[in-house]
Amino acid sequence: MGFIAKIACALLVALPAFGQQRYITVASTTSTEQSGLFRHLLPIFERKTGIQVRVVALGTGQALDMGKRGDADVAFVHDRAAEEKLVADGFFVERREVMYNDFIIVGPKSDPARAGGRDAVAALITLAETKMPFVSRGDKSGTHAAELRLWKEAGVDPAQGRGAWYRETGSGMGPTLNTASGMNAYALTDRGTWLSFKNRGELGIVVQGDKRLFNQYGVMLVSPAKHRHVKKAEGMALINWLTSAEGRRAIAGFKIDGEQLFFPEE
Amino acid sequence: MMLPLELRAASFRDIIKPLSLQIEAGPSTIILGANGAGKSVLMRLMHGLLAPSSGTIAWRRPGRHAMVFQRPVMLRCSALANVAYALRVAGEDETLAMGALKEVGLAQLADRPARVLSGGEQQRLALARAWALHPEVLFLDEPTANLDPSATREIETIIRAFDAAGTKIVMATHNLGQARRLGDEVIYLHQGRVLERASVDQFLSRPASAEAAAFIKGELPWVS
Amino acid sequence: MQEFPEILLDGRLWQIVLLSLQVSLSAVALATCAGLPLGAALAVGRFRGRDSLIVVLNALMGLPPVVVGLFVYMALSRAGPLGAFGLLFTPGAMVIAQTILILPIIAALSRQAVEDAWREYDEQLRSLGAHGLRAALTVLWDIRFSLLTSVLAGLGRASAEVGAVMIVGGNIEGVTRVMTTAIALETSKGDLPLALGLGLVLMTIVLVLNAAAYLVKEAAQRRYG
Repeated sequence: MGFIAKIACALLVALPAFGQQRYITVASTTSTEQSGLFRHLLPIFERKTGIQVRVVALGTGQALDMGKRGDADVAFVHDRAAEEKLVADGFFVERREVMYNDFIIVGPKSDPARAGGRDAVAALITLAETKMPFVSRGDKSGTHAAELRLWKEAGVDPAQGRGAWYRETGSGMGPTLNTASGMNAYALTDRGTWLSFKNRGELGIVVQGDKRLFNQYGVMLVSPAKHRHVKKAEGMALINWLTSAEGRRAIAGFKIDGEQLFFPEE
Repeated sequence: MMLPLELRAASFRDIIKPLSLQIEAGPSTIILGANGAGKSVLMRLMHGLLAPSSGTIAWRRPGRHAMVFQRPVMLRCSALANVAYALRVAGEDETLAMGALKEVGLAQLADRPARVLSGGEQQRLALARAWALHPEVLFLDEPTANLDPSATREIETIIRAFDAAGTKIVMATHNLGQARRLGDEVIYLHQGRVLERASVDQFLSRPASAEAAAFIKGELPWVS
Repeated sequence: MQEFPEILLDGRLWQIVLLSLQVSLSAVALATCAGLPLGAALAVGRFRGRDSLIVVLNALMGLPPVVVGLFVYMALSRAGPLGAFGLLFTPGAMVIAQTILILPIIAALSRQAVEDAWREYDEQLRSLGAHGLRAALTVLWDIRFSLLTSVLAGLGRASAEVGAVMIVGGNIEGVTRVMTTAIALETSKGDLPLALGLGLVLMTIVLVLNAAAYLVKEAAQRRYG
C-alpha cells in the first residue's frame, strides 16, 4: 500500500500550489466568458494590480444565486431588474453599469417566417403566428429574462407552444445555439456569443438594431456585511477599474473579426 | 502435552452424527472412509475450522496444531515468504523459514514464486509451512489425492519425518496403501458415524463391519 | 479556412491535461485508500446490515455526477456547513467530489474481488492463525493486481465525468478547467472539431494509463502466478 500512499501525498501536496496568488472569484455569465471578453480584459487588470480574477461562468440567475450564497466576491451579469432588486435586498452593494451590447434574433438564413427586420416584437408575433420552431434558453439567465420581456411586450404567451414550436433547452447560450442550429430554428442570443459561435449551420441574423434588444451589463460587489470573507478591497479594485477610463478603453478595444462587441457606459 | 483431544457427542449438521472419541498421543491415526463419509468435516472440526453443531471438542491443554489441505493455498510471493508469513502470524522467528524449506527439500526453490511450483512442490511447501511451526499435532486432509506416485512418495517421506520428530499425525485418506505405510490405527467413518476403530493391520485384514469390508474391497478390487 | 486552435499552441492544453490527471489521480488515490479496506471489510465481515450495505454500495456505483457535484457544492458553499474552508471552485473541491463519486465503485468492485478470493483463502489463513483484519489485509495484498481493475474502473469514471467537476470547480480558466469541462465549453461555443480533438486527447491519456496498468498486472501475474 506504500506506493499508493506516496502517490497520494505527492498529488495532494501539489494541489494547494494553485491557491497561493491573491485572487477574487467573479460570478459571471456565459456570454461574457465565451465571447472571449474576459481573456482580453483580465490580463490587463492582473498586470496592473497583481490580482488574479477567477471567473465562474453561469447563467445570470445562477451567477446571482452564487453571489447571494457568498461563493463569489463580485457578480458581473446582465439582468438589471434582478440586480437592482438584490441590491435593495442587501445581498449586493456598489452596483455600477459597465457596458452594453445587444441581443439579436437568429434563425434560418432563408427566414421562412418572414420575421426579419429591425422590430423584435413584431418578429416574435410573426413567429408565434406561423408557429416556427423557436429555441429558448429556459434557464432563468439574463438572456432568458430578456426574451420573456419581449414575449410579454408582444402579448404572446410562449408557454402555449411548449412541446410544439417553443422549445426550452434549460442550458447555456452555446448549447441553445447548437440546438437551434440542429433544428434550424429561431433563437434570441447576445451578439458576443453569436460572433464567437462556430457551429452556425444554416443560421444567420434575422433581427437586429431594435432599441428593445439593448443588453445592459452591471457589476456589483457581494455584500461584505452579509459575507465577511468577501474580498472587498480586491473586488472594488476590479469594479473601479472596469468603470475607469482605462477599463472602458479596454472594453471598447475588444473586437471579433474587427467588430466591436461591447460598448462601455459613458 | 495437549493430547488427548476429546470429542463428546460432537456433531456437525447432518454430516457428522453425534460422535464421541479420543485422539491420543502416539500412534499415527488414519481416518478412512468413502467420499462423503465426512472425513474432511471431521478433520476441520478437530482442527477448529468448524464449530460443532452440538457436543464439545476439547484439547487437554492449549497447544499448536497445524493442517495440510488437499489443495494448499499459497500466497502470491516466494516459497520462502510463504513460510515466513506463517511464522510471522504465529509470532515466531521468520529466519526459521529457510530451515523448514531445507527439511522438505525445497531450499533451492526458496525464491521461486510459490504459485508457479508444481502440485507436489506446493504440497511440500505446505508441509514446510507446518514444519516451521513445530506443531504437536498435524492434520492432513488427503494430502496426496492430486499427486503422481513419485510426488506422493516424497510427501510420505516428509510425513514420516514429522512422526519421527514426535508430531502426532492425523490423516484422512482413502488410499489403503498409504494407510498401511503411514498409519498405526484406523478410524473408519461411514455416513458420518465411526463404524470401526482398530489397528491398521487388523482393520485391513479383518474388518468388523460389512461396510468396511465392502469399502476395502472397493478400494482394492484386485485383492479378492 | 479555420484558424488553428490557439489552445493547442500555447501551454494551456498541457496545464489542463496536468490538472485533469492531478485531480482524478488524487481522487483515485483517496478513494482507493478508503474503498479497498471498506470493500475488504464487507467481503470478510459478518455483521447486521451487511447485505443492505452491499446493495446500497452497488446502487451508489450509478451515482449521477451532477448529484454528487450539487451535494458537494452545497456542503462547500460559503452558506454551507464547510464553507469556512473556502474550498469551493478549487481543485481540492474537485478532488472531494470525484472521491465521493468513485468511492462506491472501488469499494463495491473490490468487495466482489475480495469475496471471491476469500472463499479460496479463508480456511488456509484461519488454519495458520490469521484472523479478522490481518486475514483481510493479507488477502487484499495478495490480490492487489486483480484489485487494479477496480481502481482503473474508478479512474475511468473520474476522468470521464464532467457534471461534478463543472459544478464544484466552476471551469475557471487556469485554475479548475480540466479536460472534460474544456470539452463541454468548446461544445457550447459550437467549436465541435476542437471539442472532438480534446476528447481524443483525453481518450488517449486514459488509454495509455490503462495500457500501463494492464502491463503491470500481466507482468505481475506471470511473476507471481
